[in-house]
Amino acid sequence: SLIQQAGCLCVYLFFKNGISNGTLYKKTFIEHFEQAPMYVAVLTFLGFGVGTIFGYLRDFMRAWGLEKRNVATEREQQKDFVPLYQDFENFYTRNLYMRIRDNWNRPICSVPGPQFDLMERVTDDYNWTFRFTGRTIKNVINMGSYNYLGFAETDVNALKTVTIELQKYGTGICSTRQEMGTLDKHVELEKLVAKFLGVEDAMVFGMGFATNSMNIPALVGKGCLILSDELNHTSLVLGARLSGATIRIFKHNNMQSLEKLLRDAIIYGQPRSHRAWRKIIILVEGIYSMEGSIVRLPEIVSLKKKYKAYLYLDEAHSIGAVGATGRGVVEYFGMSPDDVDVLMGTFTKSFGAAGGYIAGKKDLVDFLRTHSHSAVYATSMCPPVAEQIIRAMKCLMGQDGTTQGKVRQLGKNTRYFRRRLHEMGFIIYGNDDSPVVPLLLYMPGKIGAFARRMLEKNIGVVVVGFPATPITESRARFCVSAAHTREMLDTVSTADVLLKLTSDAKEVGRSCVSVTLNLNNSFLHLFF
Amino acid sequence: WESFLPSQVLVQPVQLICLYAPAYHLILEGILILWIIRLLFSKTYKLQERSDLTPKEKEELIEEWQPEPLVPPVPKDHPALNYNVVSGPPTHIITVNGKECINFASFNFLGLLDNEKVKSAAQASLKKYGVGTCGPRGFYGTFDVHLELEERLAKFMRTEEAIIYSYGFATIASAIPAYSKRGDIVFVDEAACFAIQKGLQASRSNIKLFKHNDMADLERLLKEQETEDQKNPRKARVTRRFIVVEGLYMNTGDVCPLPELIKLKYKYKVRIFLEESLSFGVLGEHGRGITEHFGINIDDIDLISANMENSLASIGGFCCGRSFIIDHQRLSGQGYCFSASLPPLLAAAAIEALNIMEDNPDIFQTLRAKCERIHELLQGISGLKVVGESFSPALHLQLEESCGSRENDVKLLKRVVDYCMNSGIALTQARYLEKEEKCLPPPRTRTGQICIELDCCLGFLFPQIIRMSVLHYSDFTLDIQVLPLMALKPDWVTGLFQYGTNAVRGRMLNFGTGE
Repeated sequence: SLIQQAGCLCVYLFFKNGISNGTLYKKTFIEHFEQAPMYVAVLTFLGFGVGTIFGYLRDFMRAWGLEKRNVATEREQQKDFVPLYQDFENFYTRNLYMRIRDNWNRPICSVPGPQFDLMERVTDDYNWTFRFTGRTIKNVINMGSYNYLGFAETDVNALKTVTIELQKYGTGICSTRQEMGTLDKHVELEKLVAKFLGVEDAMVFGMGFATNSMNIPALVGKGCLILSDELNHTSLVLGARLSGATIRIFKHNNMQSLEKLLRDAIIYGQPRSHRAWRKIIILVEGIYSMEGSIVRLPEIVSLKKKYKAYLYLDEAHSIGAVGATGRGVVEYFGMSPDDVDVLMGTFTKSFGAAGGYIAGKKDLVDFLRTHSHSAVYATSMCPPVAEQIIRAMKCLMGQDGTTQGKVRQLGKNTRYFRRRLHEMGFIIYGNDDSPVVPLLLYMPGKIGAFARRMLEKNIGVVVVGFPATPITESRARFCVSAAHTREMLDTVSTADVLLKLTSDAKEVGRSCVSVTLNLNNSFLHLFF
Repeated sequence: WESFLPSQVLVQPVQLICLYAPAYHLILEGILILWIIRLLFSKTYKLQERSDLTPKEKEELIEEWQPEPLVPPVPKDHPALNYNVVSGPPTHIITVNGKECINFASFNFLGLLDNEKVKSAAQASLKKYGVGTCGPRGFYGTFDVHLELEERLAKFMRTEEAIIYSYGFATIASAIPAYSKRGDIVFVDEAACFAIQKGLQASRSNIKLFKHNDMADLERLLKEQETEDQKNPRKARVTRRFIVVEGLYMNTGDVCPLPELIKLKYKYKVRIFLEESLSFGVLGEHGRGITEHFGINIDDIDLISANMENSLASIGGFCCGRSFIIDHQRLSGQGYCFSASLPPLLAAAAIEALNIMEDNPDIFQTLRAKCERIHELLQGISGLKVVGESFSPALHLQLEESCGSRENDVKLLKRVVDYCMNSGIALTQARYLEKEEKCLPPPRTRTGQICIELDCCLGFLFPQIIRMSVLHYSDFTLDIQVLPLMALKPDWVTGLFQYGTNAVRGRMLNFGTGE
């Protein structure tokens, strides 16, 4: 019957490439990208439409002086210069983002551990400016920080070596790696990273973002082809753009799309000149931070071997977070690190520090030592930060004598939390083993309302909408940590906002609760 | 009504034409008509057969293709491959490759790197916040210390707002593309540092290089643009234009002529972005940089960017200026939005360093005096010349005459540096990626740390050793006198011994007995 069909449509789980490949994968590899019904997309667009109309209305009122203009203005002496910003460029920021701006950049005043303290701030002018009340909101459950293994901590014993190194070295370096900025600490760290990853050599850099953007140009250039996943992080995109190589995009984690690009590239060569490509490099991430999906590494490796391409794997979110001992997606799939040409990762997340690394064959690292933009022009890593990475890595390797339960605990927490949300009927994206858990909200009005309600219950979540996600796929993102207790995860999953969504769903008899309309009329809340 | 019959309408003009047109005209037209008819009915021209590849051919092509290796092999003796390894903190006395040296190589201008106050501020922060921030600024990576540092920097620079980045290089490299987009025009000094070059490349704007510090050349380009604008005023109304310069040039060691630049700014309505990584905390009475050095209203500069990795001896960078401009980066600065924020302990260290700078404004005078002294002492070494301003804390020593090729120059300078290192003076060769630089500066040796805490007699010793290094290699004409120990004034000698490190003392004796 019709009603049944509608119900089926709602519970229809869309497994994108959701087949397990017996030859390549050692365990089943399933990722959920459940699609919401059509009406959700329609209503979401409608929401943005209403917002846009009101935006125009208010712009009109501001232009006629009916509404106060809060935006900072150009200097009087420079009024006749070419405007620095085009009015339409900032339309979205001014009229939509500004309404829910309080949900981002919330300042914290403690360690970003499983719980943190937030500085309370209020606004007297609808989010144009904020005023701190001087109070702090204590013990907010932190579902936002990338503290996967719980190394963001202030325990005196844990930080003992960091304290010692800080006292010994101070904070600065004041030089680059190639000049006078290579410390014994860096050498020690690089050796340890290489050992941890099981590769010949590694090099570390002071900033994770710059590790990508300053090293990709050293590896590829004109006449080379970069095949990049459509959801790659900005740093990879920037690095690719700065390299001067040709960039082609394949669909997210879609092997058919990648293979077609590879075949065509080799067969037809460079556009116009039809010369053969000098080399082809595939850029992918281990875990995608907005989708929670894990790269289909076994298939990519077999493709890259078949077509003689190179593979650059960015393990920013996956190193430490997946694999039995935290060695990233390579270990997760039971593969050899030799299968990946360039292993890149950051220390910002699982290691609770800062910076990034590139690891692989000695030839590769030697080349980077001589040609990396970062090694020549950028300041090297701060020694106490290096020490934090060393201590975290030693802990993961079981060298410091502590029990190494962190990775296992993270896996347990991840599966528990994902299962809870799934059982409640939410649409969550990504791989069951990925600690990044995106919960789909869809409507723009829910973005602000959801985050505010969660904060009222002392839960800090990250919400993202357009342009960080496709326009119809606004979402909340939870980052599970090994440091979260079962109680904390329960508190989050039983928060009244989530329960309300669930009960609303039950009232209207749907099983996909993410798509229910009502969050106490938050839809209206946004626009009026 | 007959005159309106279609036959008449058509026939009449033809009759007229036939009557009045000359015969050759009619013949020509007749031929043309026949030609058109022929064209219409002739066989259509066929493109060459398209050669679609067969699946087999495709497989063969795939089989045949051999890519270049991911990276070319690096020769074992590549000058940049084997780094100097510093054991222990990189302060005034450092241990490079196991040898103790006086450090003239790092940019620790104010000597804050091992300052106890800075360290204890960082320790306190470490105790409270741990090390990492585990997130970008937007997603719970904003700490109260970040806000405090931004406020303090804005106050120090006397601007409305400041924004901090977690990496010095990423600061200007993110700031430029936040404003300048495809189609916009950027006038940039050809000696601009690599971070600026990368920022410009990321912006995809139209880049116009002017000769280093040559205002006439800049004005020529601006005038050219003005005439261009008059041709297309509609486009000109939306084409943003910027001048990007450095306060104190990393690559040359001289300052930009800021007052002239300001004049040009208002004359041609171009915004100025100023990179102050070397001049911040160095120039000016209070260390506010080049604007204070020239006594210029800081609001005349649209954006100032600097890193906190030199004078402040921390990590990261900042931009400051009016809120109208700076605030835009909070959503558009890629290195700000998409990168983890600065570890709080580094922000705390930078705040403490600012405190020290504010409490002791005389350190900038001391630094300047030392720079000038060294600069003076380094004059007249045959074979080497000093490049840059006398008050620049980074001195560039350049070969007076190239010995043929860049490679040989680099080798020669490396020997000078090695000699100095063996004599206990750590210098560094300025490193460049030769293939990547837009306008490659000539090979140079750079001294970074003309640090205020170094005793002035060391400042004397240092040029001597450079002199000796030159003497050591007969590639130069030798007309320098190495001062024998006796010629040193007694107070210099006692000063040296008082300095107290064995390394210096040992070297001093060598001076007397050895060469």
